[in-house]
Amino acid sequence: MDHWKRINNPYDDDKVIDACGLFGMMDTSGGRFSGVDAIAAISNMHERGNGLGGGFAVYGLYPQYAEHYAFHVMYLDEAARREAEALLQDGFRVALAEPVPTRKTRGVQDPPLVWRYFLQMRTQDGQKLSHDDYVLQKVMQINTGVRDAFVFSSGKNMAVFKGVGYPEDIANYFRLEEYQGYLWTAHSRFPTNTPGWWGGAHPFNVLDWTVVHNGEISSYGINRRYLEMFGYHCTMQTDTEVIAYAVDLLMRRHKLPIEIVADVLAAPLWSQIEREDEERIAFHTTLRQVYGSLLLNGPFSVVIAHQGEMIGLTDRIRLRPLTAAVKGNLLFLSSEESAIRLVSPQLDRAWSPMGGEPIVGSLDRPLGKREPVAAALAAT
Amino acid sequence: MSVDTLSQKGLAVRIDANGFHHRELNRLIREAVAEGAQRIDLHGVCGQRYIATNLRSGAEIHIHGTPGNDLGAFLDGSRLIVYGNAQDGCGNTMNEGEIIVHGHAGDIAGLSARGGRIFIREDVGYRAGIHMKEYEGKGPALVIGGTAQDFLGEYMAGGTMVVLGLTLNGGNCHTASFVGTGMHGGVIYLRGQINDYQLGKEVGVSQPNRKDRAILRELVTQFAGHFGFDAEEILAGRFVKLFPLYLRPYGRLYTY
Repeated sequence: MDHWKRINNPYDDDKVIDACGLFGMMDTSGGRFSGVDAIAAISNMHERGNGLGGGFAVYGLYPQYAEHYAFHVMYLDEAARREAEALLQDGFRVALAEPVPTRKTRGVQDPPLVWRYFLQMRTQDGQKLSHDDYVLQKVMQINTGVRDAFVFSSGKNMAVFKGVGYPEDIANYFRLEEYQGYLWTAHSRFPTNTPGWWGGAHPFNVLDWTVVHNGEISSYGINRRYLEMFGYHCTMQTDTEVIAYAVDLLMRRHKLPIEIVADVLAAPLWSQIEREDEERIAFHTTLRQVYGSLLLNGPFSVVIAHQGEMIGLTDRIRLRPLTAAVKGNLLFLSSEESAIRLVSPQLDRAWSPMGGEPIVGSLDRPLGKREPVAAALAAT
Repeated sequence: MSVDTLSQKGLAVRIDANGFHHRELNRLIREAVAEGAQRIDLHGVCGQRYIATNLRSGAEIHIHGTPGNDLGAFLDGSRLIVYGNAQDGCGNTMNEGEIIVHGHAGDIAGLSARGGRIFIREDVGYRAGIHMKEYEGKGPALVIGGTAQDFLGEYMAGGTMVVLGLTLNGGNCHTASFVGTGMHGGVIYLRGQINDYQLGKEVGVSQPNRKDRAILRELVTQFAGHFGFDAEEILAGRFVKLFPLYLRPYGRLYTY
């Protein structure tokens, strides 16, 4: 990663204070739609970003390779590509390797090489590990071991597209209006305290987990050290990375439901726990003891997504905004209500969730026109 | 960018805001006011920030759509009427005038306001009225028709806040926690139930006296007039008065 500064912040303006923009849109009935609405919505919040990062996560993206792990990898030079590809060839059966299609775009400067790979496990690969854990290990191996190569997307039937620029420029660069998915999340970045570089743009990903984030994780150090014990190594220079690894650990590996994960990441305050019944006090005290190192301190609102599910969450005293809205089968999550109204002027319901309260859209529980509050109920 | 469709008919002006950046939109509003417009209708508003910022006029500005953050920031005497919802920071550091929202408002409504009146028909988000202030005879009023989320009136230093709880179902207990945390001035009148543990440590509770009742009557009557409610019916509800116990709650925090 020595050379990441080479394609770093073109404005030499790393330390600026404002807010990022988040947007998420999911058809809970699984219908796929193009990126046009998500791009329009995130660019309606242009003011929230400063052009130092834009990105998108798309689910249901590669149905023709639905059972392959889709890797998106950025390289700062050809040597890095050769080295990383040797590792990929060694570890997987590579069904397809190609550059991610792009078009020349004003506002996108000095892009790295971005390639995608559709990978399958060979029978002998990683017999002692689950497929997901094997893939995780390979991602960490490339990100920590190959200089100037970064796997920034590694899930099935989904991918992340991101870079330095406003999100609408990044969308144009990666031709996102040509893709379809049932779930889109988008991010407009205004870096605080950490560099604006291609790998530092949101969403952050591991396997099919993605996170877009507005805020600052002041517990980054302790979260990072805790996650290292489980084989996660932070290489992207940005606090948000820990959230992606935390949800992979808690939800995929430890199989915790989102309600409990929310109690870990945005734990209720002790003054609230005190008023609960004995059983809940014991439960919340235990959670704090076991997972205290994954408590996210500092202001945040996030949209977390994985296969079939989109989750909105803010810190427990909501120091960053989040608006949720429902229209028919669609669930929207956004930093600002206007971005939702832009693409869906009439809504069944629009509201601000309480701090620490997860809002969940799921393919398992499709929203219906007759149950406009199902998303909120699913969260309680 | 859409084409400038500013069309002027006498003193009423219509502006199609669709595609305009806030700088451009505010420039058009200022020009219309300078030319003597009494009523300005903004259509297709979608997220433009700072609408009518620092505006001093007698004009009424009717906003159709969803105005962006910091609506009417530093407003200095106009009436803004929103047919929809307001986002965060509505009435930020407002000095004079009126903001009327036919819907809900996001976080920090009325933050640091020092004058003027804000009426929200439905609920507000976190930290409504944070650090509102007053000086001698001048102070702001924030009237919320629904309920509020946590930290209502945080660090409140002056002014009057009224929370009517009209959107609460059934047991009509407000759910906000940390109400009035750090409050050291001003007053909050709250209609409906609230438990002691929901209040900040710096807050006292009492029954509204006759003077309080007169203030409430005036503000609730205005609220009811804006949104078509029955003021008497609202006033017949049970109100509590929340007031600061100390003028300098943190006066000794960093001293020995």
